[in-house]
Formats: sequence, structure tokens, C-alpha cells
Amino acid sequence: MWDKIKDFASEFFVTGDPMILGAQVSIALAIVAIVFVLTFFKKWRWLWTEWLTTVDHKRIGVMYIICSLLMLFRGGVDALLMRMQLAAPQLEFLNADHYNAIFTTHGVIMIFFMAMPLMFGLFNIVVPLQIGARDVAFPFLNSFSFWMFFFGAMLFNVSFVIGGSPDAGWLAYPPLSGLEGSPGLGQDFYIWGIQISGMGSLATGINFIATIIKMRAPGMKLMQMPMFTWSTMASCVTIIFAFPILTVTLFLLYLDRFVGTHFFTLDGGGNPMMYINLIWMWGHPEVYIVILPAFGILSEVVSTFSKKKLFGYKSMVFALMSISIVSFFTWAHHFFTMGSGAGVNTFFAISTMVIAIPTGVKVFNWLFTMVRGRISFTTPMMWVFAFIFCFVVGGMTGVMLSVAPADFQFHNSYFLIAHFHQVLIGGVVFGYFAGLTYWWPKVFGFRLHEGLGKWAFWLWNIGFYVCFFPQYALGFMGMTRRINTYSFDMGWQPLNVVSTVGAFLMGAAFLFQVWQIAHSIRVHKMDANGDSWGDGRTLEWSIPSPVPFYNFARTPQVTGTDDWWEKKQRAEAAGKSVYDMEAAEPLEPIHMPKNSNIPFIMSTFWFFAGFGFVWEWMWMVIPSLIGVIICMIARSFSYNTDYYVPVSEVERTEAALRGTN
Amino acid sequence: MRPYLRVLTPLLVIVMAVVLAGCGEQYIVLDPKGPIGSTQRDLIVITTVLCSIIIVPVLIMTAVIGWRYRDRKGSKAKYKPNWDHNSKLEFTWWSIPIVIIIILAAITAKYTFELEPSKAMASTEEPVVIEVTSLDWKWLFTYPEEGIATVNYIKIPEDRPIRFQLTSDITMNSFWIPQLGGQLYTMSGMAMTLYLQADEPGTYFGTGANFTGKDFAQMTFDVDAVSDEEYAAWIDEVKATDNELTDEGFEKLRQRGTSDVQLFSAFPEGLFQKVMTQFAVGGMSHHHHGVIDAPADSNDQGSHAGH
Repeated sequence: MWDKIKDFASEFFVTGDPMILGAQVSIALAIVAIVFVLTFFKKWRWLWTEWLTTVDHKRIGVMYIICSLLMLFRGGVDALLMRMQLAAPQLEFLNADHYNAIFTTHGVIMIFFMAMPLMFGLFNIVVPLQIGARDVAFPFLNSFSFWMFFFGAMLFNVSFVIGGSPDAGWLAYPPLSGLEGSPGLGQDFYIWGIQISGMGSLATGINFIATIIKMRAPGMKLMQMPMFTWSTMASCVTIIFAFPILTVTLFLLYLDRFVGTHFFTLDGGGNPMMYINLIWMWGHPEVYIVILPAFGILSEVVSTFSKKKLFGYKSMVFALMSISIVSFFTWAHHFFTMGSGAGVNTFFAISTMVIAIPTGVKVFNWLFTMVRGRISFTTPMMWVFAFIFCFVVGGMTGVMLSVAPADFQFHNSYFLIAHFHQVLIGGVVFGYFAGLTYWWPKVFGFRLHEGLGKWAFWLWNIGFYVCFFPQYALGFMGMTRRINTYSFDMGWQPLNVVSTVGAFLMGAAFLFQVWQIAHSIRVHKMDANGDSWGDGRTLEWSIPSPVPFYNFARTPQVTGTDDWWEKKQRAEAAGKSVYDMEAAEPLEPIHMPKNSNIPFIMSTFWFFAGFGFVWEWMWMVIPSLIGVIICMIARSFSYNTDYYVPVSEVERTEAALRGTN
Repeated sequence: MRPYLRVLTPLLVIVMAVVLAGCGEQYIVLDPKGPIGSTQRDLIVITTVLCSIIIVPVLIMTAVIGWRYRDRKGSKAKYKPNWDHNSKLEFTWWSIPIVIIIILAAITAKYTFELEPSKAMASTEEPVVIEVTSLDWKWLFTYPEEGIATVNYIKIPEDRPIRFQLTSDITMNSFWIPQLGGQLYTMSGMAMTLYLQADEPGTYFGTGANFTGKDFAQMTFDVDAVSDEEYAAWIDEVKATDNELTDEGFEKLRQRGTSDVQLFSAFPEGLFQKVMTQFAVGGMSHHHHGVIDAPADSNDQGSHAGH
């Protein structure tokens, strides 16, 4: 009996690595601590009613962002471990298996569980407020999306200590990711972690398209929407066409592993190339999914802090939407070197270059938004400058990579690594940081500490260039990606050391950001009127911060782009307070969705179904899937899903929030 | 190659070398020793320059605009909060990138066809054929015309085109000798052709470029380019050794693991074709893959209940 338990435990838990043992112990301690704190302060009910069951888009957004910052930490630690291993030739800091697991999880976590939730968090917080809506089109579905993401991420992360991490690269090419190449459980955790969170992502895409099309405040035409909302639209349109491809691809890979089909196997007529085509048909649009919202954020921040209208609005919209379409026609540039032939390579090389055109136009439009403006160098605006410098250079190396015959020398080298980190960190991360600091006061009612933010800013920027510029050079030296070690005589060490130093600078920058947030929570000045930066242009700045749960006491009537800015101008011309003008309008009862515990419970069932699929424990899978179906039935028969907030409550809340006016 | 490129590129290469701290020898991609690698280097330089035509002014503009229009007391810069459109300007910055991309697209199209890896190189010499099989985690090179085989080592004659035939036993790798030219994938079930040539004698670094699992990093090899005479002498020398690669030897070699350099005086007839067609339905061989038959080595991550 005891031996049986021991056997099971040694298969169930990852054993034999002191670092992972340390992680297991600290995870156990953290869980105990969280349970203790919640019990001691009697916060369980609060957690359940206010957060776990909420359908409020703002709270869902906050939860997304908390998760994404935690995942940034985990992915960042992975990155630092890799950089330590590469700092010197022939190091034994991480063994090959461990190194392979770490670069795989680093990639998966950063894309799926860091960039995506940070993006969804910003969608959630900002889009309904920008279009004058009380929530998203389907608040229940929104909560479901979040919890599917959450449990998908949990399932993926759990593989680190239970069962074993995936180690076939972040896109898991077969045959390596097939049963022969990866017989362990890691690949199954990979598949189910991504599948479960992917369902959530697809639902979010649908939800926000519906929200933007149907929930805009009266008077707001499509061509008057704020640019971040446009970028959300472009990103979500890309999501709904790209994510089904991912789901199908991973499902086929799972069938190959689970029931022995031959979609991507070498024998039985399977074809691994098919997987590589399919995964990049999702994978390339995916990078535009995450970068497009960053373009939207930049447009908002530049316009606000230049105190000037966005230059070339129509060009911007056209550029966004054309990128979202062209992104579907570039996937084969990820494998020019797989023998597609000159004709195919030429097509995909040129389609890739074409994307540079609308992207370049956007940069010019941002620059000319600043021209004849008055630029305040707040931290969000500094991130904009960091973005432009970094992204423009990253875009240039991207164009260099797109030249198919030259790519034969760049492919799989550190040049490529440096390029995509430059567009993903310099573009996505810097852009999202701009958005995060910009909209932070809207969510919490106070700004983040500027001084600490600037420390973090400079450390991130210096760290970035110190880390990744040497990697371009290493690419020219013939250093290939994913090697866990290299020999003394390659001469790669000096630049690798520099690169490692840069990575640690970025690690320090992250600590400054944590400090910045902690410090700002302790010491801050609450926002006076909700227009936190004083120069807000769009509707979200017209309401108090933190935003009341119903968002807008009165449904705004929109007359043009930058409606709030215009309203302020008109009020000033009339010599009145814009808030008094607003308050003069009558109030009406507000229609709101009710909280629901079904999304959380249903996603928990999905988690156990996924976990069961990984271990092939049908006794766990079948009841879990039945649980999912019961949740769906329960939801279809619940009619009590919404309510009205009476005028008196709205009046009370508004008076409390506007009290300082 | 066009004459103007001939004039332009050496100049730019010098500039680039200075930028990259001058130690050109380590930057093997920029220090090619064969015609394919040279053309690719030139393309890298040309695209860098073309892109810089836009990028450098934009970076300068960004800095200047940020400085000039910063918010400060007594700023003399214009402030026009509603200036949001100018057709002429917008037309300009749609057209500049379009023009650059058209030029780049034309160059790319031309060279994509010119450098198609399976295209035979213009040369008076007959190409040497070398069959490349990527194994987990070592390279097997067979010389069908000479009848010898090597592991993790290639010797080639200089100034003669080499026709590499690439396949893989199982996982997908990529065959890359940066100083001779760009890489090409090795994929099981198919043979791809890559022409390369060394213009001068020397030892060149070769590596696997696509991740194949645990000991992927150990898949490096040296390529020695030597004179025709030395090459012929080496072939004779290898042939004279009493070290034949047999079918059993190959079965052992394909097991997962790393390998030192090995030289074989002979190898089984049609080995490359056999590896290539091992999974083909109705193909030459119905041989099942070794890993399935001998899973002992592949289970080190814990076994899967149902597998």
C-alpha cells in the first residue's frame, strides 16, 4: 500500500530537482498563507461575492491584470534562469531537459498568460467606459472568459510541479511534440492549458465585437470611436478568425497523442508540415492581436498628453483594419527555409513587407499628433517615446527578416530572438505599460507614483537594449536559438554576459514597478473629479474615479470624436462647470446584470476535465464534463439575471463620489 | 549581381564592420566564404540601408519633435489643438514606405528565385553530392559517389559546388553552415536540396538550427574546405580504414544520444533513401521507427499511463 502511494506520488509530482522542490515548498506555503489570511480576516465571503462571482467588467479587468503581472513574474524568472545558464560556455546551472522546459514555458506564459490577459484586462477596463456603456454586451460570458483563462493558466502552470513541464518549444512542432518525441505529460498540460484558456479568448473576441457594435452611447458613430476602441475591434476581429485555427490544431495534435490518429505523425500518412502551417496561421495573426491594442493605447496617450486631436484619424482606422486583414496572409514567413519554393516564398515575403506600410503610417501620425501640441512628459508619455524608438527599430529588423533569401541566414538565430523580443517588449509590453499607467487612476482613483515609475522606465529601457542588442550580433556570429550551452571557442561569451546583465536590469525594473504599485497604494492623493490627468478627451474621463459600478449615471449623448474634450471646451466657453451641466440632466433607473457563480464553477469543472485528460483519468473527465453541462443547463433556466438600480441609489452614490466637487 | 551593388556593398560592409566593433572575424554571417553566403550578406546590407533611409530620419524626427513641442512656460512653438488632418502630409507618408517596399519587394523577388536552394550553381565543375541525415542528436553525412560516411564532420573540396541532399530520421532539424550560406530544414520523409560552395580553404562552423530536444545543442560540426588533391587524398585515407558503417551500426547510431566525430570507410547501399522512405505508405521500406520499438531511452520524463 505504502509503496503504491510512493510510486504514485513520484509519478504525480515532479521530483529530483532541488529548484523545483523549492518551488513546490514555496507554493504550498503560499497557499497556506493565503488560506490563513482569508480566514483570519474573514474575507472568504467578500472574495466570493465581490470578485469570484462578479460580472462587472472593471473588476474582471483588474483580475486579468493581476494574473498577467504574476505571470510576467513567472515568465521573467524563467528568462533570468535562461540568461544565467547562457552567461558562460559549458555551464551546468540548468541541465538540458530543465533548460528546454524553461524556454518553452517562458514563451507560452509570456504570450498566452501575460500578453493576452494584460490586453483583455485593458479591453475590459477601458472599452465600455470609452463608448459610454454600462457593461459589455454579455457580462456573464465575460466572467466565463476570465475564469477559463484563469483555470487554463493554472493548468499550464501546475505542470511545473505536477507531472512535468512541456519542453518542445512554445509552438510545439511535431514530430518533437508527438508521442514519440515527447512521451511525458508536459505536452498534454500544454495542449489543455491553452485549449481551455483559448475558449475564453475566443469568447472575449466575440463579446467585445458585439459590445463595440451594439453598446455605443447614442450619437457615437463608428468613425467617432476613440482609437483604442477601434484597435480593440481590429484585434477582436483577428481573434475570432485566428483562434478557431489554434483550437482545431491543438485538438488534432491531442488526438494524435491520445487516440493514435495520424494527422501530424511521420507514419500512417501524417504530415508534420501541416501542423506548422496551421499553427502559424494562428500564430502570426496572434502577434498582431497583441500589438494592435498597443497602437490604440499610443494613439490615446499621445493625443491626451499633446493636448491635441489625433492626427489622421481615418488613416489610423484604415491602417488598423488593413493590418488585421493582411496579418492572415503572412504566416509562411516563419518557415521560408522549409523548402516551400521560390514562388511561395516571394508571395509571403512581399505580404510581410506590406504590413510595414500601415505600421509606418501610424508612427508618422503619432509624430504629427505631437507637432503643434504641448507635450507633457508624464510616465505614460515617456513609454510612448520608448515604444516608438524601440518598435521602429524592431520593425526594421522585421523587414530585414522578411527578405526571404536573407532570412536563410537569420532563421533560428539569435537575430530572430532579438527581433521578436524587440517588437514584443518594445511594442507590446512598453505600449501596455503606457496604457496601464494611463488608465490606472481611472480604475483605482489615484495615480501611480511618478518618481518610482521613472526609475522603472529607465531600467526597463536601458536593460532592454543591453539585453537584446548583443543578441543581434550573436545572430551574426551564428548562435542559434534554444541551445542550452555552447563551447568555449565560439567567442560568444562576452556578448552573452552583456545580455545577461541587461536581463537582470529588466528584472530590477520589474521590482521597481512592484514597489511603485505598493508605494502608491500606501501613499496617494485621491482623484478630485475623475479627469485624472486633467486633459482627458474621451468619455471615460467624464465619470468619477474609481468608477461607480454602473459607470455612467446618465447615458452620455455623443456629438463627435473626443467628446469629453469638446464638452469641456463648450462649458468653458459658456463659463460654466462641465460637471454642473452634466448634473442638470435627469436620472433614470439603471439596468444592470446580476452576479453569477456559474462561470467560476463551470470553469473549475473545465480545469478538472483538462487535468483528467492530461492523466487520462476518465473517472475524472466524465463527471467534470457532466458538471460543465449541468452548469450550462442551470444557466439556461435562470431567469433572474438582471435588475434595476433605483434613482435614489444612483443619487446617493453620485453625491458621495462627486462630494469633493 | 548588378554592377552598382558591387560598388555599393563593399563600402557598406566596411561601415557595418566598424559599427559591429570591428572584430569581423567572429561575425561569420557577415564574413562569408562562398558565393551563396556572399549574396546573402549583400542582401542583408542592402535591406539594412534601404530601411535606414526611413528609420534614421524617423528616429531623429521623434527626438526633435519631442523636444520642440514639450510643454514649458514661454514655449514659442505653435499650438494648434484642432490640427488633425493634412492630405498632402498623409499622402507623403503613405507613399514613402510604399516606394521603399516596392523597391525591396523587387529585390526580394529577384533574389528569392536566384538563391532558391535547390537551384544548381553555375560552375564548370561537377557538384559533389553529400547526403545529410539528421539523427537525434548527431549528423550523419554519406558521400554516395565516394562511398564513405562521416558523423559530425564534413570535408569538401574548395571551389566546387556541393549538392547537399537533406533528410531527417525523425525530428525536424535545420542544416546551417553560416559562412557558406543560409540554412535549410531536414525533414523526415522527404529529401531537400541545398547547393553551397566554399571559395577558399578553411574550417567553417556548422550547426543544427532547429530545436530537436534534449541534446540539440551538441549538434555542431566542422566543415573543412580543402584543395582537390587534399580532398582526394582524404577520401582514400578514409576508405583505407577498416571501419565500415553496417546496418547494425546504423541502428545503434540512430538511437538517441550524442556522438563524437566518426569516419566510415563504407556504408550500406541506399541508406539515405531507406531513411527517407521509412514512413512512406507503400514505399521502399516498411521499417518501423527504432524509438517505438525500443522505448527504453525515451521514457525519462515519466511514463504515460495509457501510452
